[in-house]
Amino acid sequence: MKKFFDTLFGQKTTAEMDIPTQPLPPEPEPTLPKREALEPTQFIVGCAQSVGRQRDHNEDALFTLTTTLTGEDGSIPFGLYIVADGMGGHQFGEVASGIAIRAVASTVVRKLYTTLLNLHPTPPEQSLLEIMQEGTQEAHRAIARQVPGSGTTLTAILILGNQMTVTHVGDSRAYTIKPGGEMEALTRDHTLVKRLVELGRISTDEAAIHPQRNVLYRALGQGEQYDPDINTMQLPETGYLLICSDGLWGVVPDEELYRLVYASASPEEACKKMIDAANAAGGPDNITAILVRLPD
Amino acid sequence: MVDSNLDTNQITQNLSDETTQLATQALQTGTTLLSRYVIQDTLGVGGMGAVYRARDMHFPNVVKVVAVKEMVIQTRDSLVRSTIVRNFEREANLLATLDHPAIPRIYDYFTQNERSYLVLEYINGKDLEAVLSETDDFIPSDKVIRWGVELCDVLSYLHNHKTEPIVFRDMKPSNVMVDQYNHVVLIDFGIAKPFQGPQRGTMIGTEGYSPPEQYRGEATPLADIYALGATLHHLLTRRDPRLEPPFSFSERPILQINPACSQKLAQVVEKALLYSPADRYQSAAEMKDALMAVAKQSGVLVQPPSMKSTSPQAPIEKNTVWEFACEDEIRGSPTYANGTIYIGSYDNNLYALDSDTGQFNWKYPTDGGIVSKPAVYENAVYFGSEDKRLHVVSTRYGKIAWSYYTEGPVRSSPHIAEGHVFIGSDDGRLHAVNTLSGRQAWTLDTGAPIRSTPVVVQDMVYFGTEAGELYCLDYRSTIKWRFKAKRAITSSPVVSQGVVYFGSIDTTLYALDAKSGWVIWRFRLGKPSISTPCLAEELIFTGATDGVIYCIDAKNAKEVWRYTTEHQVTGSPIIHNDALYCGSVDGCLYCLEYRTGRLRWKYRTSAAITGTPVAHEDLVYIGSTNHHIYALMA
Repeated sequence: MKKFFDTLFGQKTTAEMDIPTQPLPPEPEPTLPKREALEPTQFIVGCAQSVGRQRDHNEDALFTLTTTLTGEDGSIPFGLYIVADGMGGHQFGEVASGIAIRAVASTVVRKLYTTLLNLHPTPPEQSLLEIMQEGTQEAHRAIARQVPGSGTTLTAILILGNQMTVTHVGDSRAYTIKPGGEMEALTRDHTLVKRLVELGRISTDEAAIHPQRNVLYRALGQGEQYDPDINTMQLPETGYLLICSDGLWGVVPDEELYRLVYASASPEEACKKMIDAANAAGGPDNITAILVRLPD
Repeated sequence: MVDSNLDTNQITQNLSDETTQLATQALQTGTTLLSRYVIQDTLGVGGMGAVYRARDMHFPNVVKVVAVKEMVIQTRDSLVRSTIVRNFEREANLLATLDHPAIPRIYDYFTQNERSYLVLEYINGKDLEAVLSETDDFIPSDKVIRWGVELCDVLSYLHNHKTEPIVFRDMKPSNVMVDQYNHVVLIDFGIAKPFQGPQRGTMIGTEGYSPPEQYRGEATPLADIYALGATLHHLLTRRDPRLEPPFSFSERPILQINPACSQKLAQVVEKALLYSPADRYQSAAEMKDALMAVAKQSGVLVQPPSMKSTSPQAPIEKNTVWEFACEDEIRGSPTYANGTIYIGSYDNNLYALDSDTGQFNWKYPTDGGIVSKPAVYENAVYFGSEDKRLHVVSTRYGKIAWSYYTEGPVRSSPHIAEGHVFIGSDDGRLHAVNTLSGRQAWTLDTGAPIRSTPVVVQDMVYFGTEAGELYCLDYRSTIKWRFKAKRAITSSPVVSQGVVYFGSIDTTLYALDAKSGWVIWRFRLGKPSISTPCLAEELIFTGATDGVIYCIDAKNAKEVWRYTTEHQVTGSPIIHNDALYCGSVDGCLYCLEYRTGRLRWKYRTSAAITGTPVAHEDLVYIGSTNHHIYALMA
């Protein structure tokens, strides 16, 4: 019986046992649910949305596409994750965010994804940066044309192999969440208030209650020329990627988001819990979250 | 005469159709509106419609040209539609009440087939955004002052408008035309409106040019002063504020970017850009006076300004610690190892010199010029020569250890990894040679000379060829992927964080995914590049034959700064401590602050520098085609 428990909980080394067994894995962190390494590398994705408690319609939009492309040189993970938070008068915010998602996703699918699905896959003609630029440019023009006066945020992560390209306009956010409790924002809010804080004109505390805290200085569909932040970086080796609208990050503190992510059995469950937390805190805005679990 | 037959535009759900739709939306040349205005040309297309040049046929015997501004109403939503139409009519009514040489006259307005039109005075000229994009140099200060004075005049007219002051609210280069007599005309009064005291509204105006208070919905005459300051700042610095964070002008001091601008002019522009409205000029007239004073005091209106991008005070030339003369040109690059500098020369010798004193240790003769940068590995120095050989010589005495024959001149430099030396040759092959035995492990024929230096990272070998291909091989010489640039890749790849960076003769700096060869980004250089990039803290530095040393953000391919030397930059920059060192064919070695691109010093040799410097502790070493190698205080 003792042996049985030892084997089960890994308290003793295998050397003491008569029967050869697989070497036991190092003792798992007690708070973390058990996970299995996935081979080939792949992403597990969850997403959730809520209109919130105080709005009567949803202006957020999201998109996820996850796959693993298998070729001669092994498998290449591919992912495209987008959150857009529309704004503007006459309830056209949701049209703007919908256009943004469709324009960016269709550009990536057309220019990149289909080239990879060819029987003889060819690298795309344009660079990843150019493809993302083109997608956002198309979204920008389409919004200005179809629903002038409205606009949208857009935060997209494109994963191809070991690189991720983060495209960002506005105040939705993308984070990496690492096992140690580290949450790092990959995006910088394009809000007036954030800028005023950077300039030292107001304090962080003032910013949190500033009447213009929702005023963006960059949004898709607004202004003539705009310039998304597009950054390419190496995909973290482990942990999670979170993309969310301000209905989540503006309401639920980082530590709480981290706790919910690691206390959940699946990204799907984590997303649902995060949305619940935002609603429990008042749900002042639409809430959208996409959570991508990276391979261990 | 056929009247235009325009269909109401359908909002289609198919996004990919829409870009083509916009192109077809513009009116065709020859279209007639109201049986009166014949469209002759499209002057510009925006998100909401186009501006045309048209002939007014009510004057059949003379050619009267007008500008026709069109607004296409695409939305189905009646509220949005009525707002658009109201704005358009407001612009028409506003223009009708104005009379100033710098404001276009309005002749007519009408709505037809879901499109509204304004008929305006035709301005024969171009807007300041076009002026900016058509030149590479800074716009001379005297021009900027003259335009600034005229813009102050017209703002003054608007702000003192009879019944109520008018705030233009959208001052920016693309809204300012310069006519054929070099006078400015304000265009696009779409959002100008009478000032009605403190009020709040939705965010409007152009990002980048707008003052802080305009984001709060407050548009006052002092907001126009700020936007004029922003416009002049853009003209003087060529830095587009729409691409920068808002209210960041103070982080881009004019004089730091454009030393040819006078301090007084910079002060006037920067005062207009102050954060608090109360600190700015309190009227356009006041700002005009300040600009006039600059013109008089500095005499820029009569004196052609200098276009030199060098700093006003010449930096001190560095003192040489030592120098050593070879018997012919040095075109390649030195290597430092264990207190010794190794360098090849076109006198066919490889030299070993004491790094502190420049004292001659030994030289090793080959039968060809040496441009290859030596590599030191386990008491031996490896280098290629135009005598087609890879030479391996003991570091201590300069005696031959072994040599290896290729079938062409060796201009590539050796890279040593995992007990093998990798080197390219003009015979078109990449050679992998065992460092112990001197025997060939394998070769790979690419069909074009290899002058790029291979690099080995995580069991993969990367190099470029003169046919413009970048190869990624594994240790068994199996090709993992190949990337084709449009022209030769002489530059040597560098790999960092899973990304391969290199330049090409096709005037592009590339960033490829090291694993797959997919293009992450491309950066357009002014001219071809054979320079090898170097990296520091997510910044990437390279030179090109346009004489420019570029600093680019490796994450997003945005230019951080550039420094222009007086001739081609064929060698590569290096980073040592907080400085960048780079040679130029103008004969100088430049030392720049690597974060800002500011010149610290330059050292002039009497002939072109084509190689790359090397730095160790307090000294930096560089060879020149004047046969000398120099050791300078870093």
